[in-house]
Amino acid sequence: MSNGLALLAIFTLAVFVGFEVVSKVSTTLHTPLMSGANAIHGIILVGAILVAGHAEGGLELVLGVIAIVLATINMIGGFVVTDRMLEMFKGKK
Amino acid sequence: MSRNLYDLLGLISAVAFILALKGLSHPKSARRGNLIGAAGAGVATFVVFFYKQDGEGLHNLPLIIGALVVGIAVGVPAARMVQMTQMPQMVALFNGVGGGAAALVAIVEYLNLGDSASTLAVIATVFTVVVGCISFSGSIVTFLKLQELMTTRPVIFPGGRFVIAGTLVAIIVNAGYVIAQGGNTLLEILAGLSLLFGVLFVLPVGGADVPIVISLLNAFTGLTVAASGYVLENILLIVAGTLVGASGTILTRLMAEAMGRSLFGTLFGAFTAKAVASSGEQENRPVRSGSPDDVAILLNYARRVVIVPGYGLAVAQAQHTIREMADLLTAKGIDVAYGIHPVAGRMPGHMNVLLAEANVPYEQLSEMEEVNPTFAQTDVALVVGANDVVNPAAKTTPGAPIYGMPILDVDQAANIIFLKRSMRPGFAGIENELLYDPKTTLLFGDAKASLTKVVSALKAL
Repeated sequence: MSNGLALLAIFTLAVFVGFEVVSKVSTTLHTPLMSGANAIHGIILVGAILVAGHAEGGLELVLGVIAIVLATINMIGGFVVTDRMLEMFKGKK
Repeated sequence: MSRNLYDLLGLISAVAFILALKGLSHPKSARRGNLIGAAGAGVATFVVFFYKQDGEGLHNLPLIIGALVVGIAVGVPAARMVQMTQMPQMVALFNGVGGGAAALVAIVEYLNLGDSASTLAVIATVFTVVVGCISFSGSIVTFLKLQELMTTRPVIFPGGRFVIAGTLVAIIVNAGYVIAQGGNTLLEILAGLSLLFGVLFVLPVGGADVPIVISLLNAFTGLTVAASGYVLENILLIVAGTLVGASGTILTRLMAEAMGRSLFGTLFGAFTAKAVASSGEQENRPVRSGSPDDVAILLNYARRVVIVPGYGLAVAQAQHTIREMADLLTAKGIDVAYGIHPVAGRMPGHMNVLLAEANVPYEQLSEMEEVNPTFAQTDVALVVGANDVVNPAAKTTPGAPIYGMPILDVDQAANIIFLKRSMRPGFAGIENELLYDPKTTLLFGDAKASLTKVVSALKAL
């Protein structure tokens, strides 16, 4: 199997896992779901670090560094705000 | 670090993300799940520093670490200080910067692609640039609307739909050229057009429908991350992006259903909507308005009370007062539940967060399907700051803007109490017949002030 095809297979399987897992999320928690999913796509940070770390020209480096700042805000901010929300969901004492 | 070890650790992080979403199936496991997800993200970010791509480690380390520190310094305080009522705009903003990051990464990827890149990789890169830019500018406009830094009404200009369609065609043609021939200037133009399209696409969406757009843009950003993962051959990015794409898609669909509208109608409705026959004629029918004491007495002698909170409750910051009232009623042996419409608040599940903030135990928060069959055995339905989500016109009046939207059947309850500021109709701008129902009592005034009076009246009883 070629590398490209393997990646496509991972993508396809992830689609099914995603739909399966998300459709079981309690409607009570839809707002944390939105912000939690939001935090997860902040993982583009890894891509940003890679491109900044291997940048060859000044422009690439600048774009990469800006991307790191934005992705960090997305990821860290997303997880913190989701945690703040979920912390409040308490059952009866 | 070898490629295999790096990929293996990436896989572990991907599983952590799946567990994070899985945790959200119940409030009990949700927080732990989110922490697992955060840990996975932390591991992935740490590990990338030790990974040698083609035998070469990362350069520019001081700059990279500096950028991380700046991101943390901005992101953490923002996330800590934001109020729960402002959650939709916070999510929009975080989504926008994520989309922007994905687009920038893709632009750099494009500059580095070289001649040996497969067509699929080029397509994925161009896709990320386009959709990432749309997500970025669209989210910023969404943020401005929700933060009320600009008008929340649909912004429509003459020929708007032709401009949007024209921009979209230009993007597609331009993208085709970039994929076929390459060229850095063309890519810059493409990015510019995509940014423009993001703005044009969100402008005509009305305030109430904006959350649907956030969710859609969230899905978009997820897909761009997955596409980036394909180009960078990074399993973690593919899985994480796809998960977000799936959750965004599901939420967008659920939200559109909960509002009883099609996704297409929400996004492009402003262009096709005819002026709805507004109830211009003055309504002079009598309504029964009561005093806080009347309301307290009704509540005091009920066996079952269902509270239906709307965004008006949050605007008045009355969550704590309503919980105090509910606690009082529970102490008197009255069965109290909260009936929560899926789109109560400003985004799906928003009301649950607002009530959780006021320490309402989640067991008392009932979803619409759960609470609707119980209204027939309910003595008092107390509607606070909500209107459209209980309006029977959604069932009885074809042609009403909310027709077909699932509602909470408070009309089945023995008594209905509305806490309202005025007789003004709700967001959808339609009259609510329920206000004139003989079993309805209206208590006018600010929700918090009214509830405070009801609480003291209840204490006096």
